[in-house]
Amino acid sequence: MGTPSILWSITKKCFTVGVITLTVSDLFASIVPVRGASMSPTFNPKTNSLFDSLSDDRVLVEKLCLRNYKFSHGDVIVFSSPNNHKEKHVKRIVGLPGDWVGTIYDVVHIPEGHCWVEGDNSASSLDSRSFGPVPLGLVKGRVTHVLWPPHRVGTVDRKTSQNRVSSSSSASKF
Amino acid sequence: MRQWRIIAKEAMTRASIIGKFLCLLHVTDAYVLSSNHVLGPSMLPTLNITGDVVLVEHLSHRLGKLGSGDLVLVRSPLDPKKTLTKRIVAMEGDKVTFSLDSTRSHNSRSLVVPKGHVWIQGDNLYVSRDSRHFGPLPYGLIEGKVFMRVWPPSSFGLWGE
Repeated sequence: MGTPSILWSITKKCFTVGVITLTVSDLFASIVPVRGASMSPTFNPKTNSLFDSLSDDRVLVEKLCLRNYKFSHGDVIVFSSPNNHKEKHVKRIVGLPGDWVGTIYDVVHIPEGHCWVEGDNSASSLDSRSFGPVPLGLVKGRVTHVLWPPHRVGTVDRKTSQNRVSSSSSASKF
Repeated sequence: MRQWRIIAKEAMTRASIIGKFLCLLHVTDAYVLSSNHVLGPSMLPTLNITGDVVLVEHLSHRLGKLGSGDLVLVRSPLDPKKTLTKRIVAMEGDKVTFSLDSTRSHNSRSLVVPKGHVWIQGDNLYVSRDSRHFGPLPYGLIEGKVFMRVWPPSSFGLWGE
């Protein structure tokens, strides 16, 4: 009578906590570690080749933006990779639907429902310059704050590069 | 004074039960099973034009158990707020031959579906806007597999292969 019911109530508590955490992390905000140097110096500015997972930046990703998919130039987003849905990338939005983005070789038109993402560290970033515009449906959230390490805690600001993107005026006001 | 305390405690208990139930509802809807109202002519004759209610399971695509011939619910690559219901015609690595204009088959094109993508088409090729128009669909946009129809009652049931 004693032990099985204690086990059962612990299981019930764990299940409840799990369900609530999953819901909050899906609908409101979650905390994710950032791996790699493609967003240096915004995230992981130290470029030593040995990355141990404790020194990675942890950021707050808000999910409220997924209600109506309204993003602005310069937002940092988390999205599933178009080539491998199990991987998630963190990059900055450089172009929104309808924009023309200039790369080294040509000027790309961003189709409806897609965005152009690039890492802040252009030299070592795998982004839209390799895999093209990313469908907005793959976006999983927007990064708003850095939460770890403590000396770099703060908001993540929007950074736009006006000289490479030409946006049609109708696209900038969704 | 004590009565307010009792009322407040009761309200908190009730609210937490409702909160826990809503969380369970969200997890079931997103990770297990959900129902969707689908309408439009692009999947005739499989789905009706006036609207069907179907059950969608969200387990197969996470386990990688989708294949050609499956009916899937996907987020539209042209508008992230819309979902489409189409059939997977080819998986990654398969070769697809298609023509945009079904009435003239001599201008068909072929391509290989790239890694991490699938090729979807509506069953009604004449009116469906699908991978023939917007290209291969990234696997990450798939939301679930349609396996059963629950409305209208005359067409209740699972689909055969």
